[in-house]
Amino acid sequence: MAQMTMIQAITDAMRNELKNNEQVLVFGEDVGQNGGVFRATEGLQKEFGEDRVFDTPLAESGIGGLAIGLGLTGFRPVMEIQFFGFVFEVFDSVAAQMGRMRYRSGGVYTSPVTIRSPFGGGVKTPELHADSLEGLMYQTPGIKVVIPSTPYDAKGLLISAIRDNDPVVYLEHMKLYRSFRGEVPEEEYTIELGKADVKREGKDVSIITYGAMVHASLKAAEELEKEGISAEVIDLRTISPLDIETIMGSVEKTGRAIVVQEAQKQAGIGAFVVAEINDRAILHLEAPVLRVTAPDTVFPYASAEDVWIPDHRDIVDKAKKVYNF
Amino acid sequence: MTKTIDAVQDQFETFQILSEDGEVVNESAMPNLSDEDLQELMRRMVYTRIWDQRAISLNRQGRLGFYAPLAGQEASMLGTHYALDKEDWILPGYRDIPQMVFHGFPLTQAFLWSRGHFQGGQIPEGVNVLMPQIIIGAQIIQAAGVGFGLKKQGKNNVCITYTGDGGASQGDFYEGLNFAGAYRANTIFVVQNNRFAISVPVEKQSAAKTIAQKAVAAGIEGIQVDGMDVLAVYAATQQARERAVSGEGPTLIETLTYRYGPHTMAGDDPTRYRTKDLDNEWEKKDPLVRFRKFLEKKNLWSEEQENKVVEEAKEDIKAAIKKADGAPKQKVTDLIGFMFENLPFNLREQLEEYTAKESK
Repeated sequence: MAQMTMIQAITDAMRNELKNNEQVLVFGEDVGQNGGVFRATEGLQKEFGEDRVFDTPLAESGIGGLAIGLGLTGFRPVMEIQFFGFVFEVFDSVAAQMGRMRYRSGGVYTSPVTIRSPFGGGVKTPELHADSLEGLMYQTPGIKVVIPSTPYDAKGLLISAIRDNDPVVYLEHMKLYRSFRGEVPEEEYTIELGKADVKREGKDVSIITYGAMVHASLKAAEELEKEGISAEVIDLRTISPLDIETIMGSVEKTGRAIVVQEAQKQAGIGAFVVAEINDRAILHLEAPVLRVTAPDTVFPYASAEDVWIPDHRDIVDKAKKVYNF
Repeated sequence: MTKTIDAVQDQFETFQILSEDGEVVNESAMPNLSDEDLQELMRRMVYTRIWDQRAISLNRQGRLGFYAPLAGQEASMLGTHYALDKEDWILPGYRDIPQMVFHGFPLTQAFLWSRGHFQGGQIPEGVNVLMPQIIIGAQIIQAAGVGFGLKKQGKNNVCITYTGDGGASQGDFYEGLNFAGAYRANTIFVVQNNRFAISVPVEKQSAAKTIAQKAVAAGIEGIQVDGMDVLAVYAATQQARERAVSGEGPTLIETLTYRYGPHTMAGDDPTRYRTKDLDNEWEKKDPLVRFRKFLEKKNLWSEEQENKVVEEAKEDIKAAIKKADGAPKQKVTDLIGFMFENLPFNLREQLEEYTAKESK
């Protein structure tokens, strides 16, 4: 098995699908000749030609419309939004058009579009590059949202996203792109969308999280272990739809849970997970379900990221709070 | 500076073939249409005028839902459409229902769409139209994509999309023109300039004298057409289509037209923003009157033929409304099924919940 960074796994998944299905098209700003600003599409234009992998004019809304139109004529578009903070420019195409295409046509048309986009704090970008905006997508009917945390998951989930006949927003945390390598099979494989993964088993408290916070949570779990607290870390992987079975299975086992997100607290994924646990497993709970989140401000100035983004210490504190409740 | 702008604007003279009296004023531009084609164009315009009158009346009786009156725009709508091939794509705005219907979308479904019934969105297989777009201009960028897709597939087909003068102020209008130009997509952009975006006059939308000239900035062809002259509209679209399928790229067509009625039937009162004089001025240009005069001179149209179309339209509408009345009552369980190919847990649970609720 090959050792790959997450970005290499992402490129590998696109290469796999470009080979596998000639209707797959990869496009966006700088994705052709330049291979993307993060090199996610490195070498793909050379390998598959300009007809399949190409640059677009610099206009996100236009890219979204292009993807919808290409989807209607039978193509399978994989479009890149260069940074997810730019999604506001293309929000109509995503939320009002792609997400509603199947519904508006009573099942006749679809938008089989994959929207890849880097996001996530910790790399000191200018503003509107790093925001965690998955909550906006989560509230949008008709859209699936995938956020991988490891190279292995990244490849299997992206192949599934591209093959999905409904629109999928696939968010790539910038801090995870090259921070570590992991084992990734060279052959193709898929990971079903909507399935969480237990990244670490434990019996005392469930830490439910996704994206870069998976790694902060694993670090927190190691520290908790030293203090005799056994934490289970659940990586949601797909945040829309959620894997309710895995979440509930874990909470019923541990009786205690925290939800960890890099995003602000207001109306986030964490709030929804807490509500679902309340609906389904309240009698299994030994303590209230708490959240670890960023504060409800605008995403911080680059030099303030370190004090704003939650870290493993915040997770340890909240986990102890529910453990000692 | 002004000189440069004037030099551009002056190139966009209004293309016309028939004068208001139905006289041919531009013989060399006459499209090659048979007598049957000419009669069919007239038939469609008369049919659509009657349909519009009936739809307004049905709306007032509470038997139709959302409706945007279109009388005055028949030549713009049906002249552009007549230049299309059956396999071409149409991405319409909400007023562009006639083009959809003459492309094969059943009238019954048009009424169901108006009423807000899901069957109104279920475009039959082989009819290459999209549901009418509500967001102004959103279809324009999609049309660039469809036109690009058709080009990639090597098809001799085009995508035509419609918006109004207000739509030409949207960012998506400029992005759509620019994308289609950059990819030389098989796309035709039609702006039906009916002079008012609800109440705001076109003079307040832009400093540009024409909308057609906006093609220049995108590096594509642009033409301004007398939108009350069905032959000019047809000829301009036919040429745009030829250019597109021969790889010469997209065209922006601005048709100068007028809607006689309100913006929609949901309470708009045009007397608040238009003068009676302006209405009269445009009604003199009426596309049906003009084309009827032209055909009568050629002995191709008679009162008898006209009455036949009127009766035919009335019968069709009656039958279509009756059929629409028979559409099934909508259920939440139907709607849930249209969200995804495979339902996620939340919708599966809600499907169960509503199945129980709706079977009571």
